[in-house]
Amino acid sequence: MIKRKFAFEGISNSFYAFSIVVWIGVSVPCCVSAQTDSVKKANELKEVSIRAIKLGKRQLSASPLQILSGKDLERINSLSVADAIRFFSGVQLKDYGGIGGLKTINVRSMGTNHTAVFYDGVQLGNAQNGQVDLGKFSLDNIDEIELYNGQKSTIFQSARGFASGSSLYLNAKQPLFENGQTDHFKAAFKTGSFALINPALLWQKKISNSVSASINTEYKKSDGRYKFRYTDGVYDTTLVRRNADIETMRVEAGLQGKLADSSVWTAKAYFYKDNQGLPGAIVNNKYDFTQRLWNRNFFIQSTYKKEVGRYNLMASAKYASDYTRFLDPDFVTDEGLLDNRFKQQELYLSMTNRYHINSFWDVVLSGDYQRNTLDANLYRFPYPTRNTFLTALATQFHWKKLDIQANLLSTYVNDQVRQYYAAGNKNELTPTIMVSWQPFDLKEFRLRSFYKNIFRMPTFNDLYYTAIGSTFLKPEYTKQYDFGLTYIKAFKDKLLRQVSLQTDVYYNKVKDKIIAAPGANLFRWSMQNIGLVEIKGLDLNVQTAWGITEDLELNTGLTYTYQQALNVTSVKLNYRNQIPYIPVNSGSFILGADWKNYAMNYSYIYTGQRFNQSANNVYNYVPAWYTHDIAFHYNYSIHKANIRLSAEVNNLLNQYYDVIANFPMPGRSYRFTLAYTY
Amino acid sequence: MKKQITYRLSLAVLVSVSLFSCRKDPQPAPEQTEVVPPAAGPAKGFYLVNEGNMNMNKASLDYMDLTTGLYRRNIYDAANPGIVKGLGDVGNDIGVYGSKLYVVVNVSNKVEVMDVKTGKRIKQIDILNCRYITFHKGKAYVSAYLGSVGDPNAPQGIVAQIDTTSLTEVRRVEVGRQPEELAVVGEKLYVANSGGYSPKNYERTVAVVDLNTFQVIKKIDVGINLHRLKADKYGDLYVTSRGDYYDVPSKLFVIDTKTEKVKKTFDIGVSNLTIDDDYAYYYSSEYSYLTGMNSISYGIINVKDEVLTDKKFITDGTDKEILVPYGIAVNPYTKDVYVTDAKDYVSPGTLYMFNPAGTKKYQVTTGDIPAHFAFVY
Repeated sequence: MIKRKFAFEGISNSFYAFSIVVWIGVSVPCCVSAQTDSVKKANELKEVSIRAIKLGKRQLSASPLQILSGKDLERINSLSVADAIRFFSGVQLKDYGGIGGLKTINVRSMGTNHTAVFYDGVQLGNAQNGQVDLGKFSLDNIDEIELYNGQKSTIFQSARGFASGSSLYLNAKQPLFENGQTDHFKAAFKTGSFALINPALLWQKKISNSVSASINTEYKKSDGRYKFRYTDGVYDTTLVRRNADIETMRVEAGLQGKLADSSVWTAKAYFYKDNQGLPGAIVNNKYDFTQRLWNRNFFIQSTYKKEVGRYNLMASAKYASDYTRFLDPDFVTDEGLLDNRFKQQELYLSMTNRYHINSFWDVVLSGDYQRNTLDANLYRFPYPTRNTFLTALATQFHWKKLDIQANLLSTYVNDQVRQYYAAGNKNELTPTIMVSWQPFDLKEFRLRSFYKNIFRMPTFNDLYYTAIGSTFLKPEYTKQYDFGLTYIKAFKDKLLRQVSLQTDVYYNKVKDKIIAAPGANLFRWSMQNIGLVEIKGLDLNVQTAWGITEDLELNTGLTYTYQQALNVTSVKLNYRNQIPYIPVNSGSFILGADWKNYAMNYSYIYTGQRFNQSANNVYNYVPAWYTHDIAFHYNYSIHKANIRLSAEVNNLLNQYYDVIANFPMPGRSYRFTLAYTY
Repeated sequence: MKKQITYRLSLAVLVSVSLFSCRKDPQPAPEQTEVVPPAAGPAKGFYLVNEGNMNMNKASLDYMDLTTGLYRRNIYDAANPGIVKGLGDVGNDIGVYGSKLYVVVNVSNKVEVMDVKTGKRIKQIDILNCRYITFHKGKAYVSAYLGSVGDPNAPQGIVAQIDTTSLTEVRRVEVGRQPEELAVVGEKLYVANSGGYSPKNYERTVAVVDLNTFQVIKKIDVGINLHRLKADKYGDLYVTSRGDYYDVPSKLFVIDTKTEKVKKTFDIGVSNLTIDDDYAYYYSSEYSYLTGMNSISYGIINVKDEVLTDKKFITDGTDKEILVPYGIAVNPYTKDVYVTDAKDYVSPGTLYMFNPAGTKKYQVTTGDIPAHFAFVY
């Protein structure tokens, strides 16, 4: 009873804060003064041309930012978002292999649950396990992928934007109509290894001068069969991956418009459905599997943004419904085969207010409300509901040479269950401060630094999964300290046209890491807050652009990551051992070339030796892997239409490797694309 | 000019490639050794199977040579380098019978049969989802969670009878859902059924199999979710119930095989036990919903009088060092007690040796999740 009363007070407190945000949002627009364009321009982190150099977001961002967009993204060998983010520094992709294998991102060794993924500005949630499978997001309609360590370098964002250790933004292609154009149409067909069939259609329509619509659909099917090889130097066996088939369907429709006061709005509906086999770990005497998984994801979201004037407003709303079914024919109960069904629902409302106090000082107040529910046909399942209130107060000082952003985020989480125990309430206050500084007159050289204290909530699975979850869990906290520099230099009439470099050193600490720990027996694992991890790292990114001849352009991208991620939980167990699956050294190299109608790309990815369990011993050693990919593209234009032909070879040298122990990755594979656009 | 650049670039690429192209040649996982004080007596040594965490394919086999005190870690890979992916995933039980060593590997769906002297494979016997093994009169009996997979109407588990000469399955019998440990008393086989795949409706019986007809002749009602089953020399069975992890606590039952009825119940949540002569050595590890923690205790039961004693087999405080006791064995001649610690289940474990006074004599590092013992005489 006491607990319940407490919960109610918590809700009402947060509700007060939340309603203040809403109230400001509604009332302030009445007293907006004339717009100050200069402020607006300084705030926009769009490409600003300074002399011959283009200082971009990469250089100006106070938090480390990596981008893959447009042409670069089109040129590299990628089917899904997961393939593309491998080229970022400080990132480990957890990849279970094949087209259907789970692919999640671990940024700077903090763990997959510390990266928020935003799709067209709104976060993709998964309250059940906190993971977003990036292999499920096709690159077909993605125009830009941005990865921010810490958070996006702007204070004008939803409270959610402040609420994660790092943030990945996936931005869909926006319709752009040049003079006289009213339609764009794109049809693409991909095929290749693993019996891949992957057609996609995109249609963009200009409805009026201020409103446009787009619809995009994609189908993908693959048998997922590929050869893999295991050897210990004595045995040497090559097998075919089985039960890795996948069939997916995605439909997206969007509307976007501009109002008379230059504010913009969007509305989007998304539907995704798949049906896949779940290939398990390849262990002795077990090479085939029967488990299957079905997913159905649906969401609608709408955003509104007004950036002119002294007072700015951003609002968004989302409703999402996810369904998962897991069937295990190897697990026969007295009621038949194990057949679990999970239903999640999410409601999300967000409002952000910005006020330009003067030419160099802005303040922001953001409030988000989120409601998540999970239903499952599990015995003794508690049926949890989570209400989350986020309130962020942020401020920014920006001068020509100095940009300071600071925010304080209040998180209030209330869990309720229909039966058994609820985790109760959690109230957290976490700060972030970020600085970008140009120390000399030289605009090309900037220093940046940030400190961020944030946490991730235990997921529904951590807390409530029958016979595993533990309602005693605290949040998992991270502290990040980052210091870096950016430098860019352009050369006129030289072969080397531009060099740009970004590098950061960082120290992260993960406290109360949520780990599955043994219970009374192997059937009774429990989740506990026992991990403490210290991470020291270095990220390096170098991009160059070369003009070899008038027609031949070369672009290179090099990344290097050094990470020492040590388990310092207990002196008794694996003390100061590198945590599992984090290589000390990793990196990538991309070489892109454009010549007339032709383009090619070569890419190389290196992941150094790792350990697959906590103890750094010979039995847990995982060798380094490195793959070479190559792609050729040909563009042919007739009138306004364009035909693009692509051929890709992935893992050119056919190296066999595992990212996750016993989940083999494909060897050499091929992909061909035919795309038609007008 | 253009040529030169192309040349330079390709050189750069080549250099970077060659820099990174250094994977060590793969090798079988090596054997490691430690030396401890030897133990006198007819027991020459014992095998210890480490389960390894599921999906990691890290089941491994260690051997303690008691005559020399040489502890050999991970002997299977060196003895059998040609076996694809080694011993396999989750070693669940071990037994020595005659000149052969048997290891039950659960996820790898097999019983691995080796030469007891060399550890070299003789044969692999495929049994789906196999769990535990026992022997009687030239036959091995293996319990398995399911008789077949994929059939929604076939939730029953089985016991398979294997001829220890031909190493082939002779016949099998359905005993109940998800059978666990088993033991032979007289000409009858007793099997503990768990029903672990259906928490709504756990099994609560010990199945009695007549070894002549190989038919289930009776099911003894005991308690839900049974696991351990050990026979003492007085014709009694000590059977553990895991409870339901919610309202029904775990318990230890004593069955009299003459009456085939439960004759005594101990309200102790025994996780594992081993019976030597007149004593059952056990440990219990119970999870509390109130604290979210495990509480661990150790004890000895007198099986002759069927009473809990106040004797302890760890008396020097080493029990505080053990995170998760996971395996237990007693040397029948020296009465030394061996206890393993599985720690966090994903790290190398520890094997502790205690003398009959309960003092730790040594400890060695094992494979992951050290669990099941088999003595060699």
